[in-house]
Amino acid sequence: MDSKALMVAVAAALFGTTLVFAHSFEVGDLAVGHPWARPTAPGATIGAGYLTVTNNGAEADRLIGGSSTAAARVELHTMSMDEGVMKMRAVEGFEIAPGETLTLAPGGNHLMLMDLAGPLVEGASVPATLTFEKAGTVDVELMIEKMPSEGPGSSGEHSGHGGMDHGGH
Amino acid sequence: MDDLRPFLLAGIAVCVAILAGLGLTLLLPAGAPPQAPTAASAPVPIGGPFTLVGGDGLTVTDADFRGRFMLVFFGFTHCPDVCPTALEEMGRTLETLGEDSKRVTPVFISVDPERDTPDMVQDYVAFFDTRIVGLTGSDAQIDAVAKAYKVYHEKVEIEGGYTVDHTALTYLMGPDGTFRQLFRPQETPEERAKAIKAAIAAEPETTPQEGS
Ligand SMILES: [Cu+2]
Repeated sequence: MDSKALMVAVAAALFGTTLVFAHSFEVGDLAVGHPWARPTAPGATIGAGYLTVTNNGAEADRLIGGSSTAAARVELHTMSMDEGVMKMRAVEGFEIAPGETLTLAPGGNHLMLMDLAGPLVEGASVPATLTFEKAGTVDVELMIEKMPSEGPGSSGEHSGHGGMDHGGH
Repeated sequence: MDDLRPFLLAGIAVCVAILAGLGLTLLLPAGAPPQAPTAASAPVPIGGPFTLVGGDGLTVTDADFRGRFMLVFFGFTHCPDVCPTALEEMGRTLETLGEDSKRVTPVFISVDPERDTPDMVQDYVAFFDTRIVGLTGSDAQIDAVAKAYKVYHEKVEIEGGYTVDHTALTYLMGPDGTFRQLFRPQETPEERAKAIKAAIAAEPETTPQEGS
């Protein structure tokens, strides 16, 4: 176990697994925050990944794709609720304007992991590569964890919903 | 192209029905005692008889749930986000209900019978909570139950496969099998449990021999 994994394990033991453990990656002017994915049921062939990308530069960029050893393909999907009907669609990319943060989160847009090599097990992490139109590629780790809203006292943090509202509280 | 029209019309009808249902449910205060069935609470009747297939390959009908509340969600196992969330929250709703959860059977019904075999569905729901009953069936059986529950579902091609657009509401059905109320995705398990507790309190158990 390397020291980072040990730290994560210790932190998880101390604070419980529901803690949203901040980890981040940078490429050019982009900062990728806390990439994670849901644990999947045995036999599931698909999974969903989430993260934030903050554009600290002066120019717009776009997240245009990704890959992972955990899945045959990584697609970019939008997810919307329209009069109670869930609709998911593949898109070419997500724009990140200067100074803005792109948020992929439960109940909304996500990385879709297609044809999983195996189940995504809570507590593990899987490598992934994100591709941006201008900044290029960056390797990240998707931490496999349950929805942050899990656990008691989470009513104010019911962030898993409302794909339409972008992080406003 | 012409043959799309019936589907479009059906889709619109379903949307209107859902909107009507939503509108009415929103007008009811949370946790309001159930109204006299049909007339006030559900002008558009939601629910009804169904015949489906359970995880052991056995036939399951709505009558098998009579005497218990049902918490019903429609989804599919290749659903990455909304369905896992709904099932996790179903589990948390049961946790929050505590003892009262014994009067509620959580039910997940597949809208993707083409891929979702009975065993797949049962394994899938058990991952979230072993109390959840996973059901699938033939195309005709699924179409029938979706129609009864006013659930829109449509296959949509995406790269390398397909997804299923579907209604992502959770339905609370009474011990007599009739509609009580629906929960929208943004309602928390705590809010749902509160409403379900109120519904349970308003309808004391009628079969005293039920032990645990
Ligand atoms: Cu997706």
